[in-house]
Amino acid sequence: MDSNKTLTLSPSPHVKHKNNTQAVMRDVLIALTPAFIWSIVIYGWMAAVLTVLSVALCVFYEFAYQKLTKKPITVSDCSAAITGMLIAFNLPVTTAPWVLIFGCFFAIVIVKQLFGGIGKNIVNPAIAARIFMFVSWPGQLSHFPKGYYNPFVSADAVSSATPLTALKGGAVPETSVLESFFGQIGGSLGEISALLLLAGGAYLIIRRVITWHIPVAFIATVAVFAFFFPQAGVSGLTSMGYHVFSGGLILGAIFMATDYTTSPVTPVGRLIFGVGCGLLTVMIRYLGAYPEGASFAIMIMNLLVWYIDRITMPRVFGQRKEKKAKEGGEAK
Amino acid sequence: MDNQSKRYSFKAMLGQLKNGIIDQNPTFVQVLGMCPTLATTTSVINALGMGLATTAVLMFSNLFISLLRKFIPKQVRIAAYIVIISGFVTAVEMLMKAFLPELNDALGVFIALIVVNCIILARAEAFASKNKPIPSFIDGLSMGLGFTMALSILGAIREILGAGTIFGISIFGSAFQPAQLFIMPAGAFITLGCLIALVNAIRSREKKPKATADAAEKEAE
Repeated sequence: MDSNKTLTLSPSPHVKHKNNTQAVMRDVLIALTPAFIWSIVIYGWMAAVLTVLSVALCVFYEFAYQKLTKKPITVSDCSAAITGMLIAFNLPVTTAPWVLIFGCFFAIVIVKQLFGGIGKNIVNPAIAARIFMFVSWPGQLSHFPKGYYNPFVSADAVSSATPLTALKGGAVPETSVLESFFGQIGGSLGEISALLLLAGGAYLIIRRVITWHIPVAFIATVAVFAFFFPQAGVSGLTSMGYHVFSGGLILGAIFMATDYTTSPVTPVGRLIFGVGCGLLTVMIRYLGAYPEGASFAIMIMNLLVWYIDRITMPRVFGQRKEKKAKEGGEAK
Repeated sequence: MDNQSKRYSFKAMLGQLKNGIIDQNPTFVQVLGMCPTLATTTSVINALGMGLATTAVLMFSNLFISLLRKFIPKQVRIAAYIVIISGFVTAVEMLMKAFLPELNDALGVFIALIVVNCIILARAEAFASKNKPIPSFIDGLSMGLGFTMALSILGAIREILGAGTIFGISIFGSAFQPAQLFIMPAGAFITLGCLIALVNAIRSREKKPKATADAAEKEAE
């Protein structure tokens, strides 16, 4: 960008705004911080180790790839750091650190850089890495301890069923909906406290980093289905509470489905995208083999973004659709 | 290849072999025959078996189509090719059942599906129907070896990463936890995509000096 310093030619309006990738990513980091601190409070220092390691690995891979391929180095835009943080947030605290070495490589090198780097990947790198790690090492990613975790104790001994696993098995969860909301449940690092994630989401919406369309459409769709089709004999409202506040739904809806690169541009497109994510999540949770499906849902919808953008392309002012023009413009 | 000299030289044969294995590799460059490529490469043994079975069919179908090229009416040529190809596939399948029953079980229906492998029909249509028997036979061999090589590379990567073994022998010890994704279908797509990207990167790097030289020549003109 140094060459542009002397003279910048751009279309009007010539308004200077410090809203660049780095500023956006910094806001996302701020929004993720409460959930990060909460994960350390609940799970202990191992949560911090995983998160820091994941961020460091993602930044390292991005730097190394760009250095090796002699591309401009863009690690300072923080996007790799965000990916690293989200990858860690998607893992249970019992995950062995070596899993991250491969997971971060997959996210940064294969999903992001091989497609051309920031802004060109077709699916969200953090989501893809989560699915890659989950499918590759299901044993590593399915122990969810409730509370402080000492890495020198066997993971099997401390893990407990998450509310969604219990519901899937036809049992009433041990923890209450309220505990799910505040984050006193077993789960992945960053997903446990719905309250803190929603606070982060509110901050991002107020800062206009994201719009409300995708998270609201996504969460509302899941809520409606959970309300009308409760599992394991719980009431509709309780079912709704568990489905919305536990699992990766809120983390995914606010921080991963709204990734600029892999979400539609228009408001209508974003609503379609959110509803699609919600429907797929519900279908995987109810009918699929896994208790949680938010990540798969987001990845599938990521791949449809191109199509959603095409069908929701806004009309240029003054132009009519061809069909209507043929009819003489009478039909409305 | 149409204007080949009357005598088939050794050098031409080498060129043909290089063409099939590297320059026009059926998997990495032509991207043909994706079904067996993705489905049978869960291990090196399966990949090698599939590749060699296809090579055998490809060589003999090319040879016989080339021998019969003047007798097959143009209107029914595809049907005639399929009859010839399926004859050899049946022979290969029977031989495998008799001598390699384990491999045959592992590959299952994909042996029979060699009939509809588009590499074979493509070589019949594009090469064997226009060329003499021996070059056609060599073409089948080179394309088959290219296919086998590509499948083996894919199979080796998937077996090492997805099962921690190579040729069924464990290489990392029991503490290694393989990434199961790689022996699933999704792993096949990801690995193949990365390999094709790699091949394209190498090819474009090779071409670049040539292209710039051409451009320089044009400018000089």
